[in-house]
Amino acid sequence: MLTYTIRRLILAVPTLLFIALVIFLLLELAPGDPMAEMPLTIPPEVKEKMREALGLGQPWYVRFYLWLYQFFVVEPQYWIDGLFGTNFADGAQRIISFQSRSPVFNTIAERIPQTLWVVGMSYVVGVLIALPIGIISAVRQYSWFDNFGTFVSMVGFSVPTFFTGVLLIVIFSVNLGWFPSIYDTTLKVDDWPSFVKQLKQMAMPVFVLALYNAAQISRFMRASMLDNLGQDYVRTARAKGMTEKVVVLKHVLRNSLIPVVTVIALGVPQVFGGAIITEQVFKVNGLGQLLIIAIHGNDVPMVLTLTFIFAVLIVVFNLIADILYGVLDPRIRYD
Amino acid sequence: MTETTQTQGTIPVRNQWWDVWDQFKTHRGAVIGGAFLIFITLFVLVGPYLWQVDAQKLDIRNKDLRPFYIGLFADVKWSWSRPLGTDHLGRDIMANLIQGGQISMAVGWTAMILSLFLGTLIGVLAGFFKRLDGILMRFTDLVLSLPLLPILLVMMLLFRDPLRAAFGPETGIFILIVSGIGITSWMHTARIVRGDILAIKEREFVLAARSIGTPPRRMITRHLLPNVMSPIMVSATLGLASAIITESALSFLGLGFPSDFPTWGKILFDSVDRMASFPERVIWPGLCISLTVLSVNYIGDGLRDALDPRIRGL
Amino acid sequence: MKIKTALAGAIAAMAFAPAAFAERGSDGHLSIIYWQAPSILNPFLSGGTKDIESSSMIIEPLGRYDQNGNMVPYLAAEIPTVANGGVSADLTSITWKLQSGLLWSDGTPVTSADIKFTADYCMHPEGGCAQAAKFDKVSSVDIVDDLTVTVHFSQAMPNPYGPFMGGQSPIIQKAQFENCMGAKAPECTDANFGPIGTGPFRVTEFRTNDVIQMEANPNYRDPAKPAFATVTFKGGGDATAAGRAVLETGEFDYAWNLQLAPDVIDSMAAAGVGTAISAFGSLVERIEVNLTDPSSSLPEGERSTVAHPHPFLSNANVRKALSIAIDRNLLVEVGYGRAGRPTCNLVPAPALYASDNTECLTQDIEGAKALLEAEGYVDTNGDGVREKDGVELRVLYQTSTNAVRQDFQALIKEWWQEIGVATELRNLDASVYFGGDPGSPDTYQKFYADVEMYANNFDGTDPQAYLGAYRCGTEPKPSSQWQGENINRFCDPNYDALIDQLAQTGDLEERGRLGRMMNDMMTKDSNVIIPLVDRGRVSAHANSLGGVVLNTWDSELWNVSDWYRIK
Repeated sequence: MLTYTIRRLILAVPTLLFIALVIFLLLELAPGDPMAEMPLTIPPEVKEKMREALGLGQPWYVRFYLWLYQFFVVEPQYWIDGLFGTNFADGAQRIISFQSRSPVFNTIAERIPQTLWVVGMSYVVGVLIALPIGIISAVRQYSWFDNFGTFVSMVGFSVPTFFTGVLLIVIFSVNLGWFPSIYDTTLKVDDWPSFVKQLKQMAMPVFVLALYNAAQISRFMRASMLDNLGQDYVRTARAKGMTEKVVVLKHVLRNSLIPVVTVIALGVPQVFGGAIITEQVFKVNGLGQLLIIAIHGNDVPMVLTLTFIFAVLIVVFNLIADILYGVLDPRIRYD
Repeated sequence: MTETTQTQGTIPVRNQWWDVWDQFKTHRGAVIGGAFLIFITLFVLVGPYLWQVDAQKLDIRNKDLRPFYIGLFADVKWSWSRPLGTDHLGRDIMANLIQGGQISMAVGWTAMILSLFLGTLIGVLAGFFKRLDGILMRFTDLVLSLPLLPILLVMMLLFRDPLRAAFGPETGIFILIVSGIGITSWMHTARIVRGDILAIKEREFVLAARSIGTPPRRMITRHLLPNVMSPIMVSATLGLASAIITESALSFLGLGFPSDFPTWGKILFDSVDRMASFPERVIWPGLCISLTVLSVNYIGDGLRDALDPRIRGL
Repeated sequence: MKIKTALAGAIAAMAFAPAAFAERGSDGHLSIIYWQAPSILNPFLSGGTKDIESSSMIIEPLGRYDQNGNMVPYLAAEIPTVANGGVSADLTSITWKLQSGLLWSDGTPVTSADIKFTADYCMHPEGGCAQAAKFDKVSSVDIVDDLTVTVHFSQAMPNPYGPFMGGQSPIIQKAQFENCMGAKAPECTDANFGPIGTGPFRVTEFRTNDVIQMEANPNYRDPAKPAFATVTFKGGGDATAAGRAVLETGEFDYAWNLQLAPDVIDSMAAAGVGTAISAFGSLVERIEVNLTDPSSSLPEGERSTVAHPHPFLSNANVRKALSIAIDRNLLVEVGYGRAGRPTCNLVPAPALYASDNTECLTQDIEGAKALLEAEGYVDTNGDGVREKDGVELRVLYQTSTNAVRQDFQALIKEWWQEIGVATELRNLDASVYFGGDPGSPDTYQKFYADVEMYANNFDGTDPQAYLGAYRCGTEPKPSSQWQGENINRFCDPNYDALIDQLAQTGDLEERGRLGRMMNDMMTKDSNVIIPLVDRGRVSAHANSLGGVVLNTWDSELWNVSDWYRIK
């Protein structure tokens, strides 16, 4: 297992470089222009000058090399400088966003707290409620609990968040006035009232996203449990006189987790990718909103950096999932 | 299991699909789901012949009509000729639901089947053949990390005009959207299927099958695929829903069907702003999507039970 | 609640002279929401409206346009004109004089060196200044004394108010931006995110594309203003959410540019928490007609170029038929309500330049049919589409994705169908459509469609550059990388002569006459541009917020220092 992990990690480097290249070329090929959001009153000659000032006059391989250099050399230098007060970077050019003309990593750092609070929390909540629901639904197949759970999760999954989000706002912000409809990213949680405020503004987006996540994960959990409940080893375990609790939680659950682990592991990078629509509806302005604004504005350095970080997370979490397979089912061998 | 139509003397070799059907029939949810799915399919297919109102016909004097069930009990503008009311340009909502349903169902099913096919194929190949695993899973990582919007924009740029020239504007854009959704949504299925295959191929029955020299193709189709049916079924249900929703998100971004093609997702999206004043405009398309997905889910459940020989034998 | 708001309204009516005895910062906190989030507070590096307007609370120009388009001095002591000697008689120079005693928010004095620096900053060849057009033809900026500068132009400028006038060219502090010239501009993140200004507020925290926190500027020139001590300027979401936050939940005090259908705004305003306000400027939603052939059967590089005239849209009567078949009143009712007026003009305002062209305002389907009939377009094969010599009247109609524009497409398609013109609709992502990527077939400049719809306006009150865009040969074409402003590929030597004449005319009356003539040539005479709606701006403010005067000629927040809380 260890050699497998090391081999995968080494292999990840060329994979990621290749992914970066593909993303860059994709953005290069995509129609669009950082000047698209400028008013039409700005004459074309001026726009051309602005493009040149953004460095768009250079050929693509130069710009890609520059980005690689900045991402892997300059940015870590700034990072070390920030930690130890050294001066490795020496004023080198960082990765600069086209839209804000500021270092993209500063903006990303600004966005991480609200994304973790809202999207991360909703994911945790979603997983925590999905697993028991999935297990109970499978054990008591076709009970009212199962049917109700199926109904709620199917509705939760098939009704888009742009609708549920607005529905919640209309009910709880406009009519009842319980929760704010606009997320305050500047709120600092340092005492009880501000914590309550934070909980209030998180409530609706977390609910919407948690419902969506829980719907998906609980379906896979239930299906996988059902598969295993019919297996021979379950009969054997029961025949040996084990209690139902031990049979379900120890034997069936462990064997059912493989597809669920895949789904959960695939979902974690998406937490960092943010929830584009939900963030938009509740004005959370996290990483998802940052990405979509950058895509609309053709802010190539920002999109490239964000998607690359996203790719790193995907590769890492897929590796974690693969390792977990081996832990959950010792028969799976990679070596 | 009762032998029903078998006559004495003939060999009682019953097609196994009859067993499957018998089992399927006993699943109440699946039967109701199937009935509803047939109903909604007929609704959108036969609907235009029964309800001959042009969905795109604007009738500005009769805009914002309310549905009959509100009109009967409250003092609002309504009309029997527009039973579900009209939108802000006077287009008939019932006709739009019918026409929108055709497109949504077509997009949903085709994109779902495409993504399921790709996902299962790649998942099985990666899980079964060790040599392919690395390259296919790295490819999956790559596709997972690509941002959706630029991909679609690039596809639009490269293929819209050729497809439009070859198939006409409507079919061309349909192919584009379906393949766009399909090729960007298979990765979850692939990862899940691969994970399951990795576990199953170490089981004893696979070893047994291998020891009698079963070729890989038979191994996959007879021994492995049936055992990963249930996550595939779940993926299918979820995939149908997300394809219908993704289509509406695409229209919102200007990458979907032209604005004169209603779809359930788009009707829902366009009506969100007026949700408080005209709840029927979000409820009906929302119900159509949810109930379709729910019925497919129940059919999936029933099919899985019916296909599983361990349950069927009971 | 109802009584309270009614009371508030009554008090507002009585206390007409606002907050005369108010004291700086006495009204607490102001919250503003823009559904497009500001990315940077330096308008010279970004031409986006959101960036210009948010920065207008912090940095100011020498003069602004008021809600009627008149010039009012801000940092200048007065607006220089020929009459008061500020503008030279030959129109080649303008002399601005600062008010005395002005301080930057860091306490240092504002001098003419700052003004000169601002010009140098924007005119730097490597800076990529978004407002470079404002400094067009500026040959030098000379410091006369500490408070006076003279801007020299290389030719006579009938409108010398490009530099330092309006929200697009505010004065920035030399001391802060000195090391940010040219290619170094993007490295000055701190300065770009927190410019030192003379405006009523100064930045305390800036989060790009998210939120700005501000506080009252202690050195603001009017010691009683601003009434608010702190400001939160939130960005993001969509227009519906912004409208809801002001009109329904009351979480915010001011929401910008509510591009929503009129019935949606009305139903929100019915909650009684806030008020929607509107004002008109020069923004016109129009259909542009392609005078060249966009057919995909032509080889790439010849599509939509002057080499191939359009098979039927090059005929003026066909264009006219398309124009008069449209019911502009209905379009306004459906799409804009009180924030729109039907128009037949390319230049709907200011009054001096607005032509009395009202011919197209009444829909005339029969007239349109007759025109097509007279041109020989008849439906011979009974498919509902007219044709002549095998050329069918089929048009591809493209625009950007936006709910109101799609409604317009649906309505116009229907009317054109009635007169026998078949329409295929296409809507495109705004970031592609309005971008200038020469590789994309979907940009509005490339115009691979027969007609397209968008809105355009001009900065300030002078339409010279705007009308000058339709010069022969300036159309987007492969050799210009598909860049250019003459979208229609219009070419008329008489029009070009008028452009030159306008550029040399200083007399306002004469300029107005020429402008109206050019407007008519583009619209009612040739119908190359089919104007639809004179689009106003709708914004909303809380009922408790006083002093708001909506201005479409400059930043909407132009008088934020006068805003106060109605108590």
